[in-house]
Amino acid sequence: MAREFDIAVIGGGLVGAAIAWGLGKIGQRVAVLDEGDIAFRASRGNFALVWVQSKGLGMPEYAGWTVRSSEAWGGFADELKEQTGLDICHQRPGGFHLALSEAELANRESILKRLHNQPAMQRYEWEIMDRARVQRMLPQVGPEVVGGSYCPLDGHVNSPRLFRALHAGMQQLGVTYLPNHPVEQITYRDRQFVMHTPAGEVRSGKLVLAAGNGNARLGPMVGLNVPVRPQRGQIVVTEKAAPFLNYPVVTVRQTDEGGVMLGDSLEETGFDPTVGTGVISTIAERAVRMFPVLARLNVVRTWAALRVMTQDGFPIYDQSATCPGAFVATCHSGVTLAANHALVLAPLIAGGSLPPETFEVFSARRFDVPAAA
Amino acid sequence: MFQRLPDAGDLAVAITIDGKPVKARAGDTVAAALFAAGIDHCRTTPVSGTPRAPYCMMGVCFECLVTIDGVGNRQACLVPVQEGMSVETQRGKREIGR
Repeated sequence: MAREFDIAVIGGGLVGAAIAWGLGKIGQRVAVLDEGDIAFRASRGNFALVWVQSKGLGMPEYAGWTVRSSEAWGGFADELKEQTGLDICHQRPGGFHLALSEAELANRESILKRLHNQPAMQRYEWEIMDRARVQRMLPQVGPEVVGGSYCPLDGHVNSPRLFRALHAGMQQLGVTYLPNHPVEQITYRDRQFVMHTPAGEVRSGKLVLAAGNGNARLGPMVGLNVPVRPQRGQIVVTEKAAPFLNYPVVTVRQTDEGGVMLGDSLEETGFDPTVGTGVISTIAERAVRMFPVLARLNVVRTWAALRVMTQDGFPIYDQSATCPGAFVATCHSGVTLAANHALVLAPLIAGGSLPPETFEVFSARRFDVPAAA
Repeated sequence: MFQRLPDAGDLAVAITIDGKPVKARAGDTVAAALFAAGIDHCRTTPVSGTPRAPYCMMGVCFECLVTIDGVGNRQACLVPVQEGMSVETQRGKREIGR
């Protein structure tokens, strides 16, 4: 028996679950088709920052979109907690990017100045701090830290709990979660989408592709071009320690339960989520130079996950011209943008179109430039 | 709780547990010395604060974490006692820097 829904969301990671939660909240009948536990799931491997500073150089609208989500995050976290009883520990004390040399600090300042000098750039607070000011806020910094950038909009969450809360919450809202439904083919006929999976067919009036790197394969089935590629990031986590870090740093953060996460590597390795000692030891070495007290902590786990990356690093939000009702949402900041996906994007999708004044800039048509002669 | 066998050998090694002097046998692990001293838990967990004691005695379960000579979260079942060693039971999370 084919199952029918108003909207099918392909992908049950943070992007798909946030959109499905937002759709469920406004009364849509929604199915989430998920690949299952074998999926390359960035949502289980991310660094859990809700991050604003340094995003949007080359696309100021992305900075604005990120600030908007950051501003909505507190209310979003409260709403999830009220609904599910799960505290996702959203904190927004501001965050740091630390420099280990004068050259790094100068480079940082130059990037941020270029970012904020863009026309149409959203105004928000940020500053470059010298070592003395950084040390007042982060007393444990090591002698090699020469300064850093600080932005009061930055924060972080417990992202595994966010993932759990979105899944619990969407199911409370009546969303049908269909694990082990990898979509092999999508057909569109008479304004209806049919998703073909080994577990049977699912039909819907609208469709949202939120399958991360899988969107590259699925998009063309409904007239969408989604050029994304995997980009590996590796993470180290230490045993739980008493709180010592009052602010998240882009490469070092202490979780609500005390473990210290170290990360932020970028590698172009295709669909290979393995961990290597070379990158891991570099991550650990830089973290120890930033905070020498970390050196005595035991590492309890390392892992790698695959970001969903476009060639310019910005998200893709698009709607199909040939299969009306098909949408795609893909980004590498599924945590930061979760509030927007749930509270802004989902209602627009339910309404049937993405307003071009906000979303044209995020269309994958931006990549369709003729090759230079 | 646990008692030593009558022929277990001399209690020749002096250590302290939470500052109190305790005698252990050469070759004891810290975990064995904790049990012999009648300690019923050596730490509380970092998140829920429930008590824990040495369990597997072979380095697998990580239940026996204690502070040894100022270094936190050491596995008591893998460290042999040494003369003058200072063992401290732990409450909650390890303090950073020790």
